[in-house]
Amino acid sequence: MGLTFSEKALGRKAGRPVRAGEVITVSPDYYLSHDNSSAIIGEFKKLGLKKVVAPQKIVIVLDHIVPAADEKYAQNHKTIREFVAEQRIPHFFDIHAGVCHQVFSEASFALPGAVIMGSDSHTTTYGAFGAFSAGIGRTETASLWATDEIWLRVPETLRIEFSGRFPAGVYAKDAILKILGDQGADRANYEAVEFAGPAAGEFSLASRMVLCNMAAEMGAKNGYFEVDDKTLAWLKERAKGPYVVLKSDPDAAYEAVLKYDLSALEPMIACPHSVDNVKPVSAVAGKPFHQALIGTCTNGRLEDLEVAAAILKGRKVHPNIRTLVLPASREVYLAAVRKGLIEIFLEANCVMVNPGCGPCLGAHEGILAPGEIVVGTSNRNFKGRMGGRDSEIYLASPATVAASAIEGKITDPRSYVR
Amino acid sequence: MKGKIWKYGDNVNTDVIYAGKYTYQQLKPEEMAAKALEDLDPAFAKGVKPGDIILAGKNFGCGSSREQAAACLRAAGVQAVVAKSFARIYFRNAINLGLPVIQCEEAADALAAGDEAEIDFAGGRILAKGRVFSFPPLPASVLGILEAGGLIEWTKKKLEKK
Repeated sequence: MGLTFSEKALGRKAGRPVRAGEVITVSPDYYLSHDNSSAIIGEFKKLGLKKVVAPQKIVIVLDHIVPAADEKYAQNHKTIREFVAEQRIPHFFDIHAGVCHQVFSEASFALPGAVIMGSDSHTTTYGAFGAFSAGIGRTETASLWATDEIWLRVPETLRIEFSGRFPAGVYAKDAILKILGDQGADRANYEAVEFAGPAAGEFSLASRMVLCNMAAEMGAKNGYFEVDDKTLAWLKERAKGPYVVLKSDPDAAYEAVLKYDLSALEPMIACPHSVDNVKPVSAVAGKPFHQALIGTCTNGRLEDLEVAAAILKGRKVHPNIRTLVLPASREVYLAAVRKGLIEIFLEANCVMVNPGCGPCLGAHEGILAPGEIVVGTSNRNFKGRMGGRDSEIYLASPATVAASAIEGKITDPRSYVR
Repeated sequence: MKGKIWKYGDNVNTDVIYAGKYTYQQLKPEEMAAKALEDLDPAFAKGVKPGDIILAGKNFGCGSSREQAAACLRAAGVQAVVAKSFARIYFRNAINLGLPVIQCEEAADALAAGDEAEIDFAGGRILAKGRVFSFPPLPASVLGILEAGGLIEWTKKKLEKK
């Protein structure tokens, strides 16, 4: 019986062949943290060590509340900057850089075969580049800083095979929402999710990031796309270090194999208050709302902004809809500026928000009042997440959000996409 | 120790256990306890007593990696969370912070809010309403972390040995 990608990636680190279900101790290639680094510093100091063991493996990106919304957050950032200087941590990205998962990928820490731990649940995103990456907690990250070791259970793998091609107006976000709705928010709990099949190569890297990012919403430990020509082209421009391409064997053992035909998909939307409460956009079309959000680590990349801008070009958002645009990173923002997309958004009366996480987790920059409704491209719609306890969150593709912002009600974007 | 049961459903997520707006403020344990389950059950933080037990359905703790979602329950004096299943990161965080997490589908179905239960961790048993519900013990490596009082204490010991 062959091995899955995850068994190979973790076995390489363990120094021996491993199988799903084994508990192993590994030394990862990188460990990521963000604004929660100040809490991690607090835990690290309890251990009584003066120095972190491997400063070159630590990647810190300030993104959750940037720029600082109040004095407490400012103090958090200050604590982190001082620690970074004191410990000589080379990979530090301050508030200008963007959302950690986008920044981490752009800076090419997300390399094929790498084992990456991040104290953020959407660390699953780097599977888009053929890496093994999983979310952990703060205390575990402090322990990694001190020991460079962590225990992991080798996950079983759920394989999802895609065939066909996306119809116009249907995107990666619609595919993952469809899967979530069919399979449930705990379908892949503790498992790896491998996105494969004859149409896997159709997905751009940005789209692969959408799927791997939202694999976390299925409970997955990690998401994964096999490395192909698209990945290699990205790496040729970006990779600073060596990497190893690992692929699942043809006779690898999977927990299950699911099949999805992209041609049969339509625009989908996750309704309050659960990511697996998914319906076709057409089923909730016409529902009025208050705020639109285009961006985040799920859908804030250049191709997402291009889709939204193509719909918004020459139009205005509905006067009742506050439309926030939140590029995933400075690099994305700059590329969007150069392509003229930001001008389109501003002409349409959108509000540009600094790259970061703010509104998505209800921290700042676009909080909802009680009873308000947001339609956004983010990844979670838990009750009260973006503000008032009785506020509601709908999740959809950038095209659906842009079309809905224009109409002032939830709208199937296909009439806007030629 | 006997504890009163607080019962909730499936997919209790980290946002309703501990809201994002508090996640990047560094609050003291008693302040965190006062925010516990704020968006799910505002009565919880006011009424919870040391030793109480949370009983829930599947996928408890899904969502964010925020550790306070485990820490706030421990700070509130919760003896253990008993659920049909746990989200992966929550399970790790709970162990690492010394909050016992018990997977027991039978108890989750049979017991109700307000019932009293006693947990025998060593024996892998929950005693309630004259019944006994068994649960599988945690793997030895993981149990070691819980027994040390959490990952920080466990790592301290490991560093001392080196």
